Amino acid sequence: MSWEMVMGLEVHLQLATQSKIFSGSATTFGAEPNVQADAVDLGMPGMLPVLNEQAVRFAVKFGLGIGARIGERSVFDRKNYFYPDLPKGYQVSQFFSPIVCEGVFDVPMEDGTLCPIRITRAHLEEDAGKSVHDAFSRETGIDLNRAGTPLLEIVTEPDFRSAEQAVAYLKALHSLVTYLGISDGNMAEGSMRCDINISLREKGSDALGTRTEIKNVNSFRFVERAIHSEYERQADILESGGTITQETRLYDAEQNVTRSMRSKEVANDYRYFPEPDLLPIVIDEDYIEGIRATLPELPATKRERFISQYGLTGYDATLLVPNHSVADYFESVVKAGGAAKPAANWILGDLSGALNRAEVDITACPISAEQVAGLIVRIEDGTLSSKLAKQVFDALWAGEGDTDDIIAARGLKQVSDSGALEAMVDEVIAQNPDQVAQYLAADETKQKKLSGFFVGQIMKASKGQANPQMVNELLLMKLSDQS
Amino acid sequence: MTDTALLNASVCELRQQLRDRTVSSEELTRAYLNNIERHNPALNAVITVCSEHALESARRADTALAKGEHGLLTGVPLLHKDIFCTRDIRTTCGSRMLSEFVPAYDATVVSRMKAEGAVMLGKCNMDEFAMGSSNETSFFGAVKNPWATDCVPGGSSGGSAAALAAGMAPLVTGTDTGGSIRQPASLCGVTGLKPTYGRVSRLGIIAFASSLDQAGPLAHTAEDCAIALTAMSGIDAGDSTSADLPVPDFHDALTPDIQGLRIGLPREYFNDDLSGDVRERVMTALSVLEKAGATLVDIELPHSHYAIATYYVIAPAEASANLARYDGVRFGYRCDDPADLEDLYLRSRSEGFGEEVQRRILVGTYALSAGFYDAYFNKAQQVRRVIAEDFQRAFEQVDMIAGPSAPGIAFPFGVKQQDPVSMYMEDIYTLAVNLAGLPGLSTPAGLIDGMPVGLQLIGKAFDEQSILNAAHRLQADTDWHTARPNLGAMTQ
Repeated sequence: MSWEMVMGLEVHLQLATQSKIFSGSATTFGAEPNVQADAVDLGMPGMLPVLNEQAVRFAVKFGLGIGARIGERSVFDRKNYFYPDLPKGYQVSQFFSPIVCEGVFDVPMEDGTLCPIRITRAHLEEDAGKSVHDAFSRETGIDLNRAGTPLLEIVTEPDFRSAEQAVAYLKALHSLVTYLGISDGNMAEGSMRCDINISLREKGSDALGTRTEIKNVNSFRFVERAIHSEYERQADILESGGTITQETRLYDAEQNVTRSMRSKEVANDYRYFPEPDLLPIVIDEDYIEGIRATLPELPATKRERFISQYGLTGYDATLLVPNHSVADYFESVVKAGGAAKPAANWILGDLSGALNRAEVDITACPISAEQVAGLIVRIEDGTLSSKLAKQVFDALWAGEGDTDDIIAARGLKQVSDSGALEAMVDEVIAQNPDQVAQYLAADETKQKKLSGFFVGQIMKASKGQANPQMVNELLLMKLSDQS
Repeated sequence: MTDTALLNASVCELRQQLRDRTVSSEELTRAYLNNIERHNPALNAVITVCSEHALESARRADTALAKGEHGLLTGVPLLHKDIFCTRDIRTTCGSRMLSEFVPAYDATVVSRMKAEGAVMLGKCNMDEFAMGSSNETSFFGAVKNPWATDCVPGGSSGGSAAALAAGMAPLVTGTDTGGSIRQPASLCGVTGLKPTYGRVSRLGIIAFASSLDQAGPLAHTAEDCAIALTAMSGIDAGDSTSADLPVPDFHDALTPDIQGLRIGLPREYFNDDLSGDVRERVMTALSVLEKAGATLVDIELPHSHYAIATYYVIAPAEASANLARYDGVRFGYRCDDPADLEDLYLRSRSEGFGEEVQRRILVGTYALSAGFYDAYFNKAQQVRRVIAEDFQRAFEQVDMIAGPSAPGIAFPFGVKQQDPVSMYMEDIYTLAVNLAGLPGLSTPAGLIDGMPVGLQLIGKAFDEQSILNAAHRLQADTDWHTARPNLGAMTQ
C-alpha cells in the first residue's frame, strides 16, 4: 500500500530577551545550576510575575514576520501539572487567546520553489527548569536556571507531507528568527525545540490517521531521521493490519528509533484558567506599526531581490539568504566590485568550506569581502587562472595580504604574452617528437586526449602561470603546422 | 498616661504623643510586648513575637523622633497577619506546610509600613492559608475571642482582630478574600477596612485567591484605618494588578461632614434571613448617620444570593493552582522518607495541609477539570460580572451601600466546624464585595448579649474615602468603637 505522511510541527522558540519573561533573572545559557533563578522563578510564596515587555515585542515581531494577525487582546493562562522542575505547579502560558493568530509562512525549498505552511498560532509562555538525573546517584538534581525563560510556541496546521518540507520549514524559521533578532535559534542549546505530530493515511485519502507526537527533537538532521523512522514504524503497523496508538514518543538518535514516552489516553488534564496575577496584553495599531517600522529586510524579500537585482539563480539565492551574515557578506563582495555569480560561487564554495573546516563564523572570516572582490576582479580580467586563484585564496586565508600583493610576491601572474607562450609551446613540441608523431597519426577524438599531455607539459614548464586558454589555441595551431 | 490608657489609645493619639515625645516608642513597644506576653497564652492570637527586632526598630524610631523626623507611623507598634512575608522572620500562613518557612523578602505592605516608621511586634494567627471564618483551621491552634474566650474571633484574620481588641497592638494588618477583615472586625468589635482590589500591592502576601485577595488595616477607629491605608497603598511595579492611581492622604481628607450622603440599603441584605437583633443594631447605627445628614435609600442587588456559590467556585479554583507550589520539593513541609516522587507529593501535601485547605483544593481542582470548566468556573466568572454590574447599577443611585458585616455575633467553638456550608454563610454579606472588587469597611455598631456587632459600609471602587468618612462620623457620634472586652474575666 502507498502511504502519505501528514505532519504538523510545534516549535518552542527561546526568545533572546535579556531577562526572563516574568522576573529580572538573566537568561544566559550554561551558567552554574540555580544561579539564575530568583524568588519569582523559584515560585516562592507571595511572589508575583511581572511581564517582560521585550518578550511581547519579540512575539509581535515574529507575527509580523510571517504576516500573521496579532491578537489585540491576548491573555495568560495557568497550565496546571505537577513536576519537580515546574516550581509553581503550573506553567504560565496562553491557551485561550494567543498573541499571534493565524498566518502563512512561505518556506523556500532547495529547488527554488516555495511551500506555503499555515501557522495556526504562536503564544508566549515560560519555560520550565531541568531535572538532572545523572549528576547524583539515587537522587535527581533540579536546575531552575531555565525556569521562566520566555518561549514562543509556534504551531502549524498539518500541512507537511515530507521530512524534506519539515526540515526546510525549520531552517526557514531559524533564518527568520535570527533575521528578526528575536532568538539565536540554536537547536543544540535548546533555543529551538521541535515537536512533530505525525500520522499516515492512504495516498489520495482526505481523512486523517491517528497521530503520534515526537517530542523535543534537537537538530535538523534528527528531525529528518526521526520522521523517516516514525514513518517506517507506522507504515509497518498499518500494513500488518494494526492500529496506531495516540501517544507521545521520544526519538533515540543512537538507535535511530522512536520510543513511547507516555500514552495520551491517560493524558494530563491541565485545567487551564486565566492567570489572575497578570493583566491581559492589549496591543493597538500604533504599537504594531511602531514595531513594523523596525523590521529588517526579511529572508523572503531578500531572496527575491537577490534573484532580480543580481541575476542569481533561485538555488544560489536560497543558499545565500538564510544566514543574514552570509547574505551581508555577499552584498559587500558585490559592492566592492566582485561580480555577483562568481561571488556567490566563492562564498558558497571555497569560503564556506574553509570556514567549516576552521569552525569559524563568517562574521569572523579572516578574508574580507573586499579581498574576495579583488580576487574575483583578477580572475575576470584574466590575470589569474582558476588554479592560480585557488592558490591566492589560500594565501588570503593565511593572511598574506591582498590579491595583488600575493600575485606580486609569489609571481603568480598568469602568462598571457603570446610571444612567451609560443616559445614554450615550440620547446615542448621539439622535446617530444614521439608524442607529436602519435598525435598526428590519431583520429580527432584521440587527438583531443593527446593534446592534454602537451598542455600539461607547458603548464608545468610555466609553473602553472600560462594562460591555459591561450596555450590550447597556440598548441592546436602549432601541431597542425607539423603535419 | 497609664499602661492601660496607652493600650487602649488609638494610633492617632499615640502618634501625637510620640511626636510630642511624651512617650517613647521603646516604652510603647515594651508595654505592648508585655501585654502580648500577658494575654496571648489565653487568646493564641499571635504566632510569632519578635521582641528584639521590635525594640531595635523602636529605638531607631526614637532616634528619628528626637531629631524631629517622622513618617506616617514612626514609632507606632503593629502586628502583621502571618500571611505577609517578613524578611528573616518566620511566616507560617497558619499552616504546618510553612511552619518553618523564613522568607528572604518583605511583602510590599510590610516594607511600606516599615518605611513609614512602624514597629513590627510579631505575626498574628490566622486560618490556614486564610481559608476559614472562625480561625479554627490554624495549624497553630484556634484563636479565642477576647470578648468571650469560648467563642471564635472570626476569620481568617481572627488573630489580628483578637490581638487588636485585646490591646496587643494599636494597629494590625489583615487580608480579605471573602470577608476575612470585615467579619472578624465585626466579631471582635474593631474597625476593619478591605480596600478596593488593586489599591494595595499583593506582592509578598501568600496567595489564596489572587483575583480576590486584598490587604487592609484593622484598628480601633476609622481615623486610624485612614492613616494605615495611606501608608499601605499605591501602585507597585511588582504587582501587575496594583492600580496606577494617585493615593490621597486619607487621613488629611477625612471629614465628619456627610450632609447629603445617599446610603443604599439592599433589600436582599435586610430580608427575613437577618436576625432581629443584628437588624436592630445596624438600623440604629444607620439612623445615627441619617441624623447626621445622610439619606437612606432602598436598593436592590438582585444577584446577591449567587455570591456564595460563585465565590466557592472561583476562590478554590485559584487556590488549587496557588497552593500547587507546596509540593515538598523546594521549601516548606516535606514528609519523611518519601518512597518516590508520587509519595513525596501525596504525603507532603496530605500531612502539610489541614482539612479545610484540602477540601478547597479538591473543590477547585474539580471546578477546573475537563468537562466541568464551562459548567463551574466559566459560569462562575459570568455570574461574577453580573454581581459586579448589580453594584454598578446601585451606585448610580447611591454613594455607598450599608448592611450587616456578618449574620450574627461570635459563635462558640466547634458549632460550625463540622458543617462547611454554615461556616461559608458567615461571609454572606461580605463575599460579593470581593467578587466586585469594591472597598468595604466594618465598624462597631454596639453589642448583642455583650458581644460586638458590625455595620458594613461598601464604597464605589477606589472611593475608600467616603466609607471612612461615614465611619468616622458614626464614631464621632457614638462610643461603640471605644468598648473594650474585659480581659480580667478571661480564662485560659
